[in-house]
Amino acid sequence: MAKLRTRKHKVVLSRSAGGDAGITVLLVILGVFMFLPMVYAVSQSLKPLDELWMYPPRFFAKNPTWTNFRDLFMLMNTSWVPFSRYIFNTILISVGGTFGHLFLASLCAYALAKIKFPGGQVMFKTVQTSLMFHSTITAVCSFMIMSAFHMIDTLWAVIVPAWASTLGLYLMKQFMDTNVHDTVLESARLDGAREIHIWWTIAMPMVKPAWLTLIIYSFQGLWNSGSSIYIYSEQWKSFNYAIGQITAGGIRRAGASAAAMVLMMAVPIIVFVVSQSNIIETMGSSGMKD
Amino acid sequence: MSQKTEELKAVSRTTITRRQWIWKEMKKNKVAYLMVAPYMILFTIFTVLPVVLSAFISFTNFNMIDIAGTEFLFFENYISLFFDDDIFLIACKNTLIFAAIVGPVSYLMSFLVAWFINELSPRIRALVTLVFYAPSISGQVFTIWGAFFGSDAYSWANAWLMEIGMITEPINWFKDVKYIMPLCIIVALWTSLGTSFLSFIAGLQGIDRSMYEAGAVDGVKNRWQELWYITLPSMRPQLMFGAIMAITGAFGFGGIVDALCGFPSTDYAAHTIMHHLNDYAGSRYEMGYASAIAVVLFAIMIGANMVVKRALSKVGT
Repeated sequence: MAKLRTRKHKVVLSRSAGGDAGITVLLVILGVFMFLPMVYAVSQSLKPLDELWMYPPRFFAKNPTWTNFRDLFMLMNTSWVPFSRYIFNTILISVGGTFGHLFLASLCAYALAKIKFPGGQVMFKTVQTSLMFHSTITAVCSFMIMSAFHMIDTLWAVIVPAWASTLGLYLMKQFMDTNVHDTVLESARLDGAREIHIWWTIAMPMVKPAWLTLIIYSFQGLWNSGSSIYIYSEQWKSFNYAIGQITAGGIRRAGASAAAMVLMMAVPIIVFVVSQSNIIETMGSSGMKD
Repeated sequence: MSQKTEELKAVSRTTITRRQWIWKEMKKNKVAYLMVAPYMILFTIFTVLPVVLSAFISFTNFNMIDIAGTEFLFFENYISLFFDDDIFLIACKNTLIFAAIVGPVSYLMSFLVAWFINELSPRIRALVTLVFYAPSISGQVFTIWGAFFGSDAYSWANAWLMEIGMITEPINWFKDVKYIMPLCIIVALWTSLGTSFLSFIAGLQGIDRSMYEAGAVDGVKNRWQELWYITLPSMRPQLMFGAIMAITGAFGFGGIVDALCGFPSTDYAAHTIMHHLNDYAGSRYEMGYASAIAVVLFAIMIGANMVVKRALSKVGT
């Protein structure tokens, strides 16, 4: 990033070499701080057991093996509730929660952004404020409300609240505000199209990056959801929780738990890499209008 | 003629009252309400209602075990929180220390990194973004810090400190009161380049390049002036959004401590308001008291948000 030339007039913006060097050094230091633990996590999972307990410890594995992953899968097979069950639960939660949220939030966001009706502003302001409600604050009463609906100890206790989470609606509304132009909608309305039809066939394709982002956020959150206070039966617990149980096994499980950690982190990272360009694009219009 | 139109206006204004007008608008936009309804009903049930209920319950001694014995206590829960509950005060202190460090540092770090990488070529930028963003989306991966700072001589930190002779016996990092807070803060910072980081990157990408040219003509000398007079003011919406995310993250911190130090942490050295809340709600079922804790936490977050809002309004002036 030596000199930044702007496209049109080739004005050279002021960039000092010292500044560039300083920034590069800082970035490299920070990058190492961020990246090393991730590398260490992967290298731990590839170490054979004797290398995990070697003194002094080495950073990289000397003889990398897949033993830990094999051990992990063996442990999974011997668990009391079959492991496929935990995986099934997590996939059901992630997919069901994400698509329900996408459907409801985009429908609502379209109406809030593109139809003027009494109360719309108030509704959006409430949603905006609730970005600040940490789930802990609401946990106590959510528990009581869910027990009133007989949702405690079912997967619904995780899925249904996910449908109504805030960040997704917020994203969709901001994006619809800036990217869906009223003139297109007006001409469709003049042609006699119904609002629900306009939402699905005109607005939704225009905000594709937004819903891709929403899918990623929601999916990540639900995929990583661990033990929920609303679920206590073993057969409804999540994959992340089960992995946590293996990790809690202590020294004997060191290899398997290192492998489990890598397995858990791989999925969200892959999802992010696949859709990175779309996410960045979306976040551009996700700011908060003060 | 002007008088005539005045009259006409006056007539049309009196023909319907404001309430009638709203009713008419509501009927006209029936579809909008139908579209909003499914989300808004669920949102009300699972977000608005719990918040309102907690505020109400915080004035009672509501207890899941003895529901019949519920009484209205007015401010008794709050009084005992601040005057009788020593652990709550420790939790407050820890939460404030933690939020005061992690909130601003993670916010600044997110912004600076986003700003530094903004001028890199797209492909390198994508790679660097992944490196910085990965820790925050990888679930439990922060427990690798537990292996790094493990309690025995086989962990990196201990092995190398012993090797160079700084210490003679291994330190139990995450159980030692001296190290718990600093270590948890480092780990929290490590996972903190999340949603707001992405939003900053996007905000920076969206700034119109010609504004920088105009700035250069107007006498902006270096990149710091450019940052202050052009970049920051034009991405105020993202800055606000990032601030809210940073505040929620910094005050709601707790999961990391649980995973690395266990619960409760040694001598409550890393006990936060969130732990205290979970303790009363999850283990003791004293919902009234727990709700009072939740209300206090929420009030602190709203306060922090107002301070940040005011600070951000001064940006670029």
